[in-house]
Amino acid sequence: MLHNLFIGELAERLTKRQISSVELTRHLLSRIERLNPGLNVFITLTPERALKDAAAADARLAAGETGPLLGIPLIHKDIFCTDGVKTSCGSRMLDNFIAPYDATVVARLKGAGTVMLGKANMDEFAMGSSNETSYYGPVKNPWDTTKVPGGSSGGSAAATAARLAPFATGTDTGGSIRQPAALTGVTGLKPTYGRVSRYGMITFASSLDQAGVFARSASDAAAVLQVMAGFDPRDSTSIDAPVPDYSKALGTPLKGLKIGLLREFFEGLEPRNAALIEDALTVYTGLGAETREVSLPHLPLSVPTYYVVAPAECSSNLSRFDGVRFGHRCKDPKDLMDLYKRSRGEGFGAEVKRRIMTGTYVLSAGYFDAYYLKAQKARRMITDDFRTAFDKVDLVIGPTTPTPAFGLGAKINDPVLMYLNDIYTIGANLAGLPGVSIPCGFVDGLPMGLQLVGPHFAEAKLLNAAHQYQQATDWHRHAPRGYE
Amino acid sequence: MSLTRHDVEKIAHLARLSITEQEMPVYVSSLSSIVSFVDELSRAETAGVQPMAHPLEGQHQRLRPDVPTESDHHEKYQVIAPAVAAGLYVVPRVIE
Repeated sequence: MLHNLFIGELAERLTKRQISSVELTRHLLSRIERLNPGLNVFITLTPERALKDAAAADARLAAGETGPLLGIPLIHKDIFCTDGVKTSCGSRMLDNFIAPYDATVVARLKGAGTVMLGKANMDEFAMGSSNETSYYGPVKNPWDTTKVPGGSSGGSAAATAARLAPFATGTDTGGSIRQPAALTGVTGLKPTYGRVSRYGMITFASSLDQAGVFARSASDAAAVLQVMAGFDPRDSTSIDAPVPDYSKALGTPLKGLKIGLLREFFEGLEPRNAALIEDALTVYTGLGAETREVSLPHLPLSVPTYYVVAPAECSSNLSRFDGVRFGHRCKDPKDLMDLYKRSRGEGFGAEVKRRIMTGTYVLSAGYFDAYYLKAQKARRMITDDFRTAFDKVDLVIGPTTPTPAFGLGAKINDPVLMYLNDIYTIGANLAGLPGVSIPCGFVDGLPMGLQLVGPHFAEAKLLNAAHQYQQATDWHRHAPRGYE
Repeated sequence: MSLTRHDVEKIAHLARLSITEQEMPVYVSSLSSIVSFVDELSRAETAGVQPMAHPLEGQHQRLRPDVPTESDHHEKYQVIAPAVAAGLYVVPRVIE
């Protein structure tokens, strides 16, 4: 069936005119109509826009144009501004917000001829690890609808796993691509900080946020990254460096590749999860890679460091939501202070308010040195640990998450317990490193993810290592029951 | 470290957030547990370590030629504003 094909296979059929983009789009739209109610993947569906995009792509194909994403449908995380389409960021605050422009990621993918099916559900303002903080209700995990899909890009992950689209965009501030990719059994790539433009991507934590992709294979993710990556003068932290040919790098043999096992990631890991990672290492050594143990001694500091830095940046960034220029405004404000306080109090959900207040606290006079400055120092120590590790090895490897998907409602009332779920993913964000999560097996019928992290701008190497693994295994081909 | 109700009221005011009576005890307790959790940082030995604000150091803020790159979009941007009059955003009276 069309929905099980990979991007490369779809592109080939589109180019050969064996299928049309309109036909593919209609197939996925009818699938969405049937399957989305059980998953709650979408905040906004854009079927008319999709069919228009598809017809335009078909016209380009008819004119002889080719392209790896021309006519390929996608879903955007609802954090990316889409001109003329509601962009809610999972929040009541932006429930009425029709974006007046396209994010660079959206514009680039549009230019490549993709077809937008809709906007994906997510944790409110990307703050959450379970997709339960969304104003639009939780997303269900297609592998077991009593479980969370992970977060914050839960809708993008669940949609990709359920084969509602061949790929989806996401963002990763502390693991928001890699963790849901792991929990839903798909491939999730977080590029190097600055590799993909943040322009038009609603900000959570400016020094950590990075856009990336969910797909069903590393090879598909490479094709998408090729379009997303590159310099953007409209993002002041965008990197002006050449973008390598990611797809071309996929054929590189792994012989001699040095892979570091992160000692701290295996301490206390449940034996069944650890066994899956051991199996993956056996695959890698079979492919000619060498493994050795490396250590990130300051890694235990990463979660508390992140939960100071990210809320601090969020409390500043989210001050723009003031009920004046866009977004929610309270009824009958009695003065300006009342307008600010009630608009924000009503517009933001509990987790967002918690993060804003945590950030306000750690930045306030008397606490700044003890928390924020201390966290910035710990951030350097963690980053230096990675640098030392990359002097010895090409990539580091470990589990993406401590456990498979947990139950809906299991952690939502205990923020600290929820935060600890990000323990293996946060380090890469603090250090600005690229990381990928790929499916590596199942525990109790639920997918687990293998995480690879590389030095800055090592996306080609990471994607190749993930691709070689997927050539040797078939974990990435498994579909949840009912979504085959 | 535990936060008091008074602390949370002060933080909420600084953050311009209204917190309802019912919500208040929940925030006092959850913010206290978050602050205790991040207090783990106080045990880290950070003497002599330079704080790090940005993951890609050595990158400079770029300069560009001082020429306009944006045209006037105010009408498009104000369509989504809660209240507008004569091209201006309307808020409750600030100056008596």
